[in-house]
Amino acid sequence: MSRKSVRFLIPIISILAAFAVSALIIFMAGRDPVMIFQKMFRGTFGSSYGAGQVVFRMTTLVLAALAVAIPFKVRLFNIGAEGQLQMGAFAAAITGAMLPACVPSSAAIPLCIISAMMAGACWALVAGVLKVRFGVNEVIATIMLNFIAQGITGYLLTYHFALPSTVHTAPITAAAVIPAFDTVTGWFANSPANLSTLLAVGVALFFQVILFQSRFGYEMRAAGLQPEAARYGGINAGMHTLTAMGIGGAAAGLGAANIVLGYKHYYEAGMTGGVGFAGIAVALLAGAHPLWILLSALFFGVLEYGGLTVNAYIPKDIFMIIEAITIILVITFSALGRRLQQQ
Amino acid sequence: MGVAVRLSDISKKFGSFWANSNISLAVEEGTIHALVGENGAGKSTLTKIIYGMHQPTSGEMAINGKTVRFTSPREAIKAGIGMVHQHFMLVPELSVTENIILGNEQCGLFWPLPIKKSSALILKDAYTYGLAVDPQALVASISIGEQQRVEILKLLFRHASIMIFDEPTAVLTPAETDRLFATLRSLRDKGKTIILITHKLDEVLAVADTVSVMRKGAIVGTMPAFSATKPELARLMVGRSILLRVTNPPPSPGEIILSINRLGFCRANSEERVHNLSLNIRAGEIYGIAGVEGNGQSELLQVLWGLAPAGTVISGEAMFKGRSLIGKKPADIAFMGVSYIPEDRLHHAVIADYTVSENLLFGRHREHSFHKGIGFNTHALTRYTKAMISDYAIKCSSPAHQPLGTLSGGNQQKVVLARELNRPAISLLILAQPTRGVDIGAIETIHNKIIEARTSGVAILLVSSELEEIIALSTRIGCIYKGSIRHEFTPEEVVLKREAPQEFQKEIGLYIT
Repeated sequence: MSRKSVRFLIPIISILAAFAVSALIIFMAGRDPVMIFQKMFRGTFGSSYGAGQVVFRMTTLVLAALAVAIPFKVRLFNIGAEGQLQMGAFAAAITGAMLPACVPSSAAIPLCIISAMMAGACWALVAGVLKVRFGVNEVIATIMLNFIAQGITGYLLTYHFALPSTVHTAPITAAAVIPAFDTVTGWFANSPANLSTLLAVGVALFFQVILFQSRFGYEMRAAGLQPEAARYGGINAGMHTLTAMGIGGAAAGLGAANIVLGYKHYYEAGMTGGVGFAGIAVALLAGAHPLWILLSALFFGVLEYGGLTVNAYIPKDIFMIIEAITIILVITFSALGRRLQQQ
Repeated sequence: MGVAVRLSDISKKFGSFWANSNISLAVEEGTIHALVGENGAGKSTLTKIIYGMHQPTSGEMAINGKTVRFTSPREAIKAGIGMVHQHFMLVPELSVTENIILGNEQCGLFWPLPIKKSSALILKDAYTYGLAVDPQALVASISIGEQQRVEILKLLFRHASIMIFDEPTAVLTPAETDRLFATLRSLRDKGKTIILITHKLDEVLAVADTVSVMRKGAIVGTMPAFSATKPELARLMVGRSILLRVTNPPPSPGEIILSINRLGFCRANSEERVHNLSLNIRAGEIYGIAGVEGNGQSELLQVLWGLAPAGTVISGEAMFKGRSLIGKKPADIAFMGVSYIPEDRLHHAVIADYTVSENLLFGRHREHSFHKGIGFNTHALTRYTKAMISDYAIKCSSPAHQPLGTLSGGNQQKVVLARELNRPAISLLILAQPTRGVDIGAIETIHNKIIEARTSGVAILLVSSELEEIIALSTRIGCIYKGSIRHEFTPEEVVLKREAPQEFQKEIGLYIT
């Protein structure tokens, strides 16, 4: 088998195998797997509201996964998408709430998005600078930064920005709201799916071009594959570490904008709900490839929202098991595939 | 005498590639049997099969007359087979004795190690075979030659009767090589069977009893070493007659291109690696630096290409056409018209996962002629790739899709050479170990291209641990020892002494050890 076809087959085989395993688990939990999967399908793609929920979740997942995937191309494991999302979400909400009502949408939306991206990028860059300047392992740094982000946003929310007797900030100005598909095109009835999805897809395509078509991507991938050779070739690997972390963090910030500007319209404690960590799984399943991330995020979106729809029959935790098994299988099968090719 | 190792119709397939096909071989007990062949001829695969690291796809193997089928090296070791790998399998933080008994401690898991008893046994073996080592010394503190002796003692400790040596002289100085050969002979005289893998034909003729030549996964000839000649072996290896010595027309040196004056290189831990090193290279000449690895060559190269690690103290000067190279970045140095081919090709000069075409661009991707928009000009790149592939006879199926890592060592090196020699306005080429891990067929092309570049007026600094190569190519030769040039041979001396290369190698050997 050629290299290409193996790479293409592995995720599909893994997903099928994961479904087989989860069918077994559902069966052992005393439910009919076929019925559960049917209900899941009806709950997601069967209704336009369900599809909208999936699309909404997918959007944040795409951006969170890109936040992991881009640094991954320079061999950095960004565990900090969650913290970067939190910082981005908080920045978007505060900017949106502080803007005077007279600012038009054409300015308010970009301003809020930019502040979210800046916040995410800065937060990721802390880890980047620590890595380049002092050689601090980025895994440890980003994990710690997650805690710090949680602490900072928690503190600022409770003591400075929360509306009295609530756990959320003041709503953003109406002009900063990213419109839902429902209001613009009439798709996805009443669901939180909003125009951010277009941004997310655009960003994925943009990264695809930057990584694989541009000179910048050529240098960046070289720096990731063989840092020593990159140094010989006159490539500044440290600079690429910083930019990869920076644009990764910015992508996470944009993911937060989807939640804040497109759906909730304010910041509340715990609103990112671990989607930054799910992003790691999405990126791994896609092999950190921007276009595959779109599909991989769709798959995870279906599992997440589909899990909710059948919650009455089977605990949502089952779907966490499916997600995790898929990842483990992808990694195992990829290793197996490599070994088979070598032999 | 019986047959120690008998292989009958051994074949080994990796994917769709036959690494070994229908190999039949008999290694007589108590002989030194050399296995020669180019890189990729299947020598390593074959020995890995004997050592149990690979299982043959088909065929049979018999050790001392008994048919065996090893599933792991552990079983091979039990059957009395030992292997000295090219890269030693030693733990630097442990002592010589601890390394030798590792995996064969002969005591309970939670018992104290029988260090004293083992040391005595080791010393006895060491005495019998003339393998001087200090059993108490830390492996990290002893020389490469001594480490190799430790590996041999490890095999003796395990009572191995069949010993496989994989390119054992690659890391040794000429003196250490002579000493190793004496050891090999004494091992043979005491009845051990030795399988020696090498691609150096001089060594085969010097030490082996029998020679088998491998080409493209098959054995193409087996003969007694006394009746073999070097040209004949070389012809068998590559399948056609080749020049072992490159034609080196008289040079016509021009102005001074690179001038290094009292260069010093002090590591951050104040260890002095280069000391008072001075040399000049003119346009149109090759300055060969002969020396044992680790005498400051790597550090000299680091300085010249702007790769000295942070904290290094560099003194003296290195001027390229009157401009200092010290403190400049690789990209700036390249832009000035300097090319550098580093010694560790796979780690430093190429991106193995990038395609052949992308690698032809690597390091030169800043040149505007390759640019288009935010990316590269595909047309210009394709044209350039095609030209390089035909000019340098690079063997690859589809340069735009094939990862460089799938090419043979020789073809990889041709890619690097093509890229670096075609840098616009190149006037200095720094070459380190240009033919390491490169098969004989490719060496010819590479040497001719180097001479061609010299004739066209490029100044070349050649660093190589292969004295044969230094002698064949250089206009002048500097012998490096402990970070400075200890002796320099003038162009006249080199031309004269080149006629008797063996003697010349010995003479150089005196200056580099």
